[in-house]
Amino acid sequence: MNSKPVIQLRDLCKTYHSGEVEVHAVRGVSLDILKGEFVAIMGSSGSGKSTMMNMIGALDRPTGGQYLLDGVDVATLNRDALAKVRNEKIGFVFQGFNLLSRTTALENVEMPMLYNSGRIRAQERHAQASKALNLVGLGSRSGHHPNQLSGGQQQRVAIARALVNQPTILLADEPTGNLDTQTSIEIMGVFQTLNDQGITIVMVTHELDVARFTKRMIVLRDGRVVTDEPVQPRSQADVELGKLKVAQEAVQLH
Amino acid sequence: MRLLASLKISARALRRNKMRSLLTMLGVIIGVGAVIASVSLTSGATKEVEDQVSSLGENVVNVFSGNFTRGGMRGGWGSAPTLTLADSAAIAQLPNVVAVTPEVRDREQVLANGQNWNTLVMGESPSYPQIRNWKMARGAMFSDDDVASLAKCAVIGQTVVDQLFPNQDPVGQTIRIRNLPFLVVGVLAPKGFNLFGQDQDDTVVVPYSSHMHRITTRRFVNDILVEASSSDTINDVQDEINELLLDRHHTTDPDFTVRNQLELMDMVTKTSRTMSLLIAGVAAVSLVVGGIGIMNIMLVSVTERTREIGIRMAVGARAADILVQFLIEAVTLSAFGGAIGIGGGVAFSMTVSNFYGIPAYTPYLWIIIAFASSALIGIISGFYPAWKASQLDPIEALRYE
Ligand SMILES: Nc1ncnc2c1ncn2[C@@H]1O[C@H](COP(=O)(O)OP(=O)(O)OP(=O)(O)O)[C@@H](O)[C@H]1O
Ligand SMILES: [Mg+2]
Repeated sequence: MNSKPVIQLRDLCKTYHSGEVEVHAVRGVSLDILKGEFVAIMGSSGSGKSTMMNMIGALDRPTGGQYLLDGVDVATLNRDALAKVRNEKIGFVFQGFNLLSRTTALENVEMPMLYNSGRIRAQERHAQASKALNLVGLGSRSGHHPNQLSGGQQQRVAIARALVNQPTILLADEPTGNLDTQTSIEIMGVFQTLNDQGITIVMVTHELDVARFTKRMIVLRDGRVVTDEPVQPRSQADVELGKLKVAQEAVQLH
Repeated sequence: MRLLASLKISARALRRNKMRSLLTMLGVIIGVGAVIASVSLTSGATKEVEDQVSSLGENVVNVFSGNFTRGGMRGGWGSAPTLTLADSAAIAQLPNVVAVTPEVRDREQVLANGQNWNTLVMGESPSYPQIRNWKMARGAMFSDDDVASLAKCAVIGQTVVDQLFPNQDPVGQTIRIRNLPFLVVGVLAPKGFNLFGQDQDDTVVVPYSSHMHRITTRRFVNDILVEASSSDTINDVQDEINELLLDRHHTTDPDFTVRNQLELMDMVTKTSRTMSLLIAGVAAVSLVVGGIGIMNIMLVSVTERTREIGIRMAVGARAADILVQFLIEAVTLSAFGGAIGIGGGVAFSMTVSNFYGIPAYTPYLWIIIAFASSALIGIISGFYPAWKASQLDPIEALRYE
């Protein structure tokens, strides 16, 4: 595997103070993620996965430790610099989608391009957004509003939005949480293709089957890393899709 | 972020809450509308008064008998007989005096064509049309010779023409005043109503000498009209008349009053300036009220859209992008309200004007001022909410329920 770490966490901590109680959501995580890696983060509910992802995504600031993104200490960046990082370097798929309601899927996907430092013309924005939607298999639904889309479709809009600015790092918090098996595998296929093109992907998932498509699996428990190992053997999306087809034909699902 | 995209987002947000946007704008609409309407109506009135003042003639000094500046109850304007033809002749000799006419006035029954009409008969010198800046529609003014010979000739106003000579050319015909035949030698061009709502065209003008000896018998004139050579000399002329008449009347306590047109004009502009100040005050208050309404609704909007703000920040919107977006929204509200208010104000004043026959006139400057200040009020009242929105923490905003 080639090269230098894009994400370096050094004893990263996040403590929430909600009233009297202190919640230690992340307590001392240290790890390096290299360029081109495809990482699955697993762990039970409340183990701190989303909290960690938010910090890696430059959305939330750690309360302790250090986070270096491409060798730069994120704590030294100001608000605008963080916004630029979120806009250009990182694509983020939220656990709760976070789409704009009453705004079409296409416009939702276009939105990150509005905040690009280089001006992108409306025509170009349209084209890029449509391409991203096609990639996740939603091309025909681009005019629909989020409340007219199923949970799985909304999730795919969120993925398209994360990809539209061609980030070098894709962070996805349970990107397949609402998807059926076939769509999940399709999305994993998209991720594997992107990863083959050199994009670093960090993905939270609860499903071991989904984690098998990645290259490295990290398990959190109570805010700490308890397992960190390569995925062996690794699933390939096209192979799994073929297997699924056979199985589905057997029960006449399609 | 691009302006066009911001505008689109703002327009959509405002359209989403049509009723609320309209109600928010209402403050600005009513404020601006009221200001434009009252400006239009007062400007129209002021303009008309100005026109009328200048229709009295240019650079005119009025000399009235009686002193009404002192409040001394000598009967008011022109009633106490103190001014004589000799006074008038003496004034004519003063420097910078271009023309003078003594004036005598009387209401008389005038007959012609078997019709009869009660009108104001004025005795004037031939300079009268020149001083009053009054053109002749037909014929010509009588001459100095006519004055000298106590000629029985007259120049009549349009209203008198309409009453006594409908559909006829009165020039060359005869009218009878106190049973004396007067030859009509000219017709004055229509002039309309004066400041006091009197029909200026309802008049018959005869040589002052004829008036004072043939129609009535009197030694004193009601007043004297004097035309100064220019607006620069008008004050000097006024002072000199004062001095001259005091001297001639052998008194230090004036038994006459000298007024010039600049003073009248001053009074008009002073009144209109007071009105403008009043309107500006009303405008300021209503814009502040409108601005508070906008600020209020923008604060609500920011709170409601906290999640949206969080989402935009999460995908890379900078504080400035959010600030601009909400500012544009506030300015759109207020500028749109301002535009509607201007339209409504103009429409209202035009309706009132048509209905009641009072003139209305909207100065462009006020339209620009009204629009600019409503846009400005949007910026001012939108700034705090927009700034608040821009300072939100992305992750907090995303978690907002
Ligand atoms: N804003 C917050 N304030 C206080 N406590 C919080 C906050 N966000 C998360 N926590 C707590 O931090 C811990 C970790 O939460 P986190 O959302 O990271 O879990 P997770 O691993 O993503 O769980 P899930 O699989 O259910 O999404 C939890 O105990 C949660 O209650
Ligand atoms: Mg989570």
